[in-house]
Amino acid sequence: MTVLKERIKENSFSVVRNENWTKPIYETNGLNLWYGTSHALKNIELSINEREVTAIIGPSGCGKSTFLKTLNRMVETAADVTISGNVTFKGNNILGKSMPVEILRSKVGMVFQKPNPFPKSIFENVAYGPKVHGIRNKAMLEMIVEESLKKAALWDEVKDRLHKSAYSLSGGQQQRLCIARCLAIDPEVILMDEPTSALDPVSTHKIEELIRSIKNDVTIAIVTHNMQQAARISDRTAFFLNGEIIEHNQTSTIFNNPADPLTDDYVNGRFG
Amino acid sequence: MHMQTEQIRLRHMKTRLLLNQISKFIFMLSAFFGLFFLAVLLVRVVTEGIGSINFGFLTGKLSTQPERAGIMGAILGTFWLMLVVAPVTMFVGVGTAIYLEMYAKKGKLVSFIQTNISNLAGVPSIVYGILGLTVFVRTLNLGNIVLAGGLTMSLLILPIVIVASQEAIRAIPFHLSEASYGVGATKWQTIQRIILPAALPGILTGAILSLSRAIGETAPLVVIGIPALLIPFPGSIMDRFTVLPMQIYYWTLDASLVSEYANLAAATIIVLLVTLFILNATAIIVRNKFQRVF
Repeated sequence: MTVLKERIKENSFSVVRNENWTKPIYETNGLNLWYGTSHALKNIELSINEREVTAIIGPSGCGKSTFLKTLNRMVETAADVTISGNVTFKGNNILGKSMPVEILRSKVGMVFQKPNPFPKSIFENVAYGPKVHGIRNKAMLEMIVEESLKKAALWDEVKDRLHKSAYSLSGGQQQRLCIARCLAIDPEVILMDEPTSALDPVSTHKIEELIRSIKNDVTIAIVTHNMQQAARISDRTAFFLNGEIIEHNQTSTIFNNPADPLTDDYVNGRFG
Repeated sequence: MHMQTEQIRLRHMKTRLLLNQISKFIFMLSAFFGLFFLAVLLVRVVTEGIGSINFGFLTGKLSTQPERAGIMGAILGTFWLMLVVAPVTMFVGVGTAIYLEMYAKKGKLVSFIQTNISNLAGVPSIVYGILGLTVFVRTLNLGNIVLAGGLTMSLLILPIVIVASQEAIRAIPFHLSEASYGVGATKWQTIQRIILPAALPGILTGAILSLSRAIGETAPLVVIGIPALLIPFPGSIMDRFTVLPMQIYYWTLDASLVSEYANLAAATIIVLLVTLFILNATAIIVRNKFQRVF
């Protein structure tokens, strides 16, 4: 425990934002993952560049969500998960006991498939993260909430009813609220697991606009079933199939000139 | 061909309709069976006891003369008993449920504990009385005081509180916990800020309903040895005591000698029933007031 405190003090996790960071923010080496005996991720080698949008595409059950959830270790909430290999976040191995998941997740936010606001007020939803991390000052919290809701393009719609239940919002608004909740902890990376698959086209468009507006500040990894969405918003695309990465490249290359015929078939809708 | 099927249909129509009526009648009868006897009980108890309920009866001490006897001691005893049972079962019951649902790894140990909790819920209350007598009254040498009785009653209703709390916790969708872990909350923060507030109505409903079972139970207290003597009003959990159901029990026994005691027993039943009714109503109000949709 004291060792942990010292390490946090020394900041040897180097989780503080470094403006001159040029290397990939995430790198995985020989990452394998099993659910019980089923081999879900096979030898994944993938790097995610800082302040880029990386889209992860592939048919259902190909391991793309599992991969995303490995990046903030949320995958371990499932029973009987075995992981081998390396995942580094800014050069620090995040697997194993050296970095508590709470520290990792305070820098890596997540947005889920189904909007999942808490049964609390809009304000309390956004303030939840900062409060959990020990911020109690009311003025500070109000500032964070306003700023996060503005970044999530929700402020104008909710500023007059911040203390109403989050469930009074529409599905699309709820998802933007979840993004605001995520932004409130000032993350360096946001992981999005099919964030628009439960939403109508208008709400989907708003979320895509939102991703475009925040990508200069945060790195985004997004799992999506929607090929056009990946093409529209991402800088790089990784194509997963049966737990393996088939191809990873610039999005324009993946969609216009893929190296692997499987990728070509998938992005052109011939299977999946 | 068509004529034949038409005839068969017509013939069957009568029996089908008749059967429909009969089945409705049978089910109605079974629904009214319980209700009928409840009505009989209420009418009998109220006609017999209502005459004895007055200010003196509610606030008076026990007495050797039926016309001067009061049940303030039993009311206070029941109150003190609840004051022991409620916090003990809430803390231990909810704690156990949190451990089993949130921390314990699903495996042999957990299913062993789980099976035992379910079995304990079925153990007759008199067995708990013997347990309480052995552990609290004799071994811990507490004597037949409120604390010993309260701890015994707590053990009796703990399985119910645990199971109700477990179900309330399990009903919270995992995507809420996921969202909390996602912003870097620890497990305890998630339990404290998300799970427990959302599960509270379910937990409270279970706890209040089982509390009403605890204040109605008699057998464990008979075994512990609640005195039928004229004891002073209990002033704390360390005092000797009696409770409403015990008083009903003793007065029903006495009624064979002095018939006026039957009226006192009936009057005490009314007081107990009203108390139980208030507790159950509270449970329903709590459930409706805090119920949230996910």
